Amino acid sequence: MREGQFRDPSGCAVVGVIDRSGKKMTGEGMIRAIEVMHDRSNGLGGGFAGYGIYPHYKDFYAFHLFFDTQKAQEETEAFLKRHFEIVYSSGIQTRKLPSVKNEPVIFRYFLAPLPRKLADSHLTEREYVARCVIRVNAQIEGAYVFSSGKNMGIFKGVGYPEDIGRFYRLEEYEGYAWTCHGRYPTNTPGWWGGAHPFGLLDFSVVHNGEISSYDANRRYMEMFDYKCTLQTDTEVITYIIDYLVRRQGLTLEEVSHVIAASFWSTIERKEEPQRSQEELLRRMFPSLLVTGPFSIILGFEGGIMGLGDRLKLRSMVCAEKGDKAYISSEESAVRLIEPSLDHIYSPAGGEPVIYKLYSEGGRA
Amino acid sequence: MKILANGMHYSALNAAVRMAEDDVEIVNCIGQRYIGAGLLRRQIVIHGTPGNALGAYLNGAEVRIDGNVQEATGDTMNAGVIEVHGSAGDATGYAMRGGKIFIEGDVGYRCGIHMKAFRTQKPAIVIGGRAGSFLGEYQAGGTIVVLGEHLNGKPIVGNFCGTGMHGGEIYLRTDELSAALPAQVKAERVEGELSEEVTALIKEWCARFGREEEGYLNCVYYRLTPNADNPYRQMYTPN
Repeated sequence: MREGQFRDPSGCAVVGVIDRSGKKMTGEGMIRAIEVMHDRSNGLGGGFAGYGIYPHYKDFYAFHLFFDTQKAQEETEAFLKRHFEIVYSSGIQTRKLPSVKNEPVIFRYFLAPLPRKLADSHLTEREYVARCVIRVNAQIEGAYVFSSGKNMGIFKGVGYPEDIGRFYRLEEYEGYAWTCHGRYPTNTPGWWGGAHPFGLLDFSVVHNGEISSYDANRRYMEMFDYKCTLQTDTEVITYIIDYLVRRQGLTLEEVSHVIAASFWSTIERKEEPQRSQEELLRRMFPSLLVTGPFSIILGFEGGIMGLGDRLKLRSMVCAEKGDKAYISSEESAVRLIEPSLDHIYSPAGGEPVIYKLYSEGGRA
Repeated sequence: MKILANGMHYSALNAAVRMAEDDVEIVNCIGQRYIGAGLLRRQIVIHGTPGNALGAYLNGAEVRIDGNVQEATGDTMNAGVIEVHGSAGDATGYAMRGGKIFIEGDVGYRCGIHMKAFRTQKPAIVIGGRAGSFLGEYQAGGTIVVLGEHLNGKPIVGNFCGTGMHGGEIYLRTDELSAALPAQVKAERVEGELSEEVTALIKEWCARFGREEEGYLNCVYYRLTPNADNPYRQMYTPN
């Protein structure tokens, strides 16, 4: 049985870190942090996203795939060859653990779109790549592209997150930012593709909560060729962010006012020009308001963003220590890896917290 | 008894707390949940960051924490004291029915929601800083005092304060009430004498955190109570 056949109210834990100076760290810190929140997960999903981890292949799209069958892999590789130059491919290195079972075949491909094919498509490069990802996921049975950005990668599976991190040997990868998720799908068996983070191009989303607007959001996104194939609510948040940022050109602050818009009564009391801006965004994208409890961490090239639903139905704290910044479901997870902090606070519901590399305009 | 909590699972830690015959000091606490749950007697001192639902159903014990606490501290607590030398997360004192919670710093969203009182049981929460949105939502009894000593320039309470309130009282230490309150909540400006009960709560907060009483007693407060002149005429249907 797979998800979608059940209702899925989740508990979950999220945590993320960035070193704004761009200094790299292994995935080990995140593994230790998420382990503190072990009881927020139930062993049915865990995952990580690392940014800056593939410096030697940074100009190529790094696809991570799950294959259920050899046939799925053959079909997918034929598809990839028709659309991309495969610069390098191999199985992703894993460590056998008794606590991580029934893994699918897990492969990595570094890809460059075939120039001719791309030119003929009349699409931008990123749109071309995004469409290929959606085609594999929607059309090839038993194949799932779960990571597709440049110089970043998602690692996820069924198990407790700390075990998934060790399974993927994340202590051997070094990135300037990491996000992490521990899952608690209480009504479903959980499956590898349904673990978080969800990614499209360089965006990745980890999510604690349950979206009550999922179907309204999903149907709206289908009008723009986004097909929700992974059968959990977080997938649609990833696509909404991709659509609003990459295709509509909104800033991340503006995206926050769309998906976690304030109540009309709250907007009415705000000062200009804030009031008009928030009103405009709510009127333009009413179908992309995400309701129900959520706290998410978005990973993107050069930064991370934390955002909670407007009622703040899930916990979230943000903390800073020198160049490092943290976002977490619980303070204890941050304290374990960084006992003494310069600053720690809880953002309000719907208030985005964006930490960027200094080189991308981030502030200390 | 001193317990080194490093990496200990919450069930083992809580078993050790329950088995202890005298007062307990927990060192290197990191995320363990439910500490002191339902505990009748003893004093617990915690160093570190305890996990969610600290002192849930607390029934007379006294818990002191020398840092921040997370979500649902004092959930449904019945008696006793929780003293936080830091800030508290969301849903602090949720459905509390007795005892006292003293917070030195701020509280998150939904503090004191569904608080209720019964005969001699009167729960109280005193917050040194500010409170997030939904403070005292559906409050049915007890007292919440917000002293507004925060430094970040934000309003003393967030949005939707006292929504659905139908009992108890909330005191906000502020000269000017900027919060938009529901029509069913009455706000009175109180200058000078506070009630004996609230005075005692503020004095106790000052004593616990080493502050001068003077600066907190002779101030302007706003007292929020359910508005008897404007009852809930309509909940789901007119009635």
